Amino acid sequence: MRVVVQEKAFDFGREAQEFASGHSNMGAIVTFTGVVRDADKGGMDRMVIEHYPGMTQKALETIAEEATRRWDLGDVLVIHRHGELRQGDMIMMVATAARHRVHAFEAAEFLMDYLKSRAPFWKKEYTADGAEWVAAKDEDEDALSRW
Amino acid sequence: MNVLYFAWVRERIGIPKETVETSAETVADLVEELKAREERYEAAFADLSALRVAVDQELMDFDAKLEGVREVAFFPPMTGG
Repeated sequence: MRVVVQEKAFDFGREAQEFASGHSNMGAIVTFTGVVRDADKGGMDRMVIEHYPGMTQKALETIAEEATRRWDLGDVLVIHRHGELRQGDMIMMVATAARHRVHAFEAAEFLMDYLKSRAPFWKKEYTADGAEWVAAKDEDEDALSRW
Repeated sequence: MNVLYFAWVRERIGIPKETVETSAETVADLVEELKAREERYEAAFADLSALRVAVDQELMDFDAKLEGVREVAFFPPMTGG
């Protein structure tokens, strides 16, 4: 299991390749990547992600550990950035390795659902009109109930 | 005890962190003490349903006990991913 919180960009191709080649007898590797899109109202210049340095790493590790407890996983990777990002930048990625794809897919979705509303990150969008904190969506909280 | 604020809670209160001398029994009691201080705290804590709290860096409810606690953080619902 590897959990990384960093400001700088990560190389998705290299991370995915290293993750995928680092295991034996894993029949399925699933990756998900979150990318910065425009603000809902459009015109976004940049996004800044704030986080809670003392808590972030631990919170992500707790979520990753829970995933390995619930599914038959060979490995988990979580990378999440903070700081200033622009449209098209990769914010985060998760990767899961499992003997069977159902476990890899479900665990990756679980990780995404949980780190969206249980890991201490907050997004702020900057447009020509000013800056606005992104509001959490009810459906993000609802998504947790299916697990 | 260290009290930390993040995102718009930090902006509304105007500081990211402060040390608070308190004998509050629970997080909710601490919130009441802070609200009584100044208008900016009152504004930040007006709607607790819009806030989350971490006690010693773990998510908790507002009725969590504060005995022996070193760090409390207040922030809006998280928007990671």
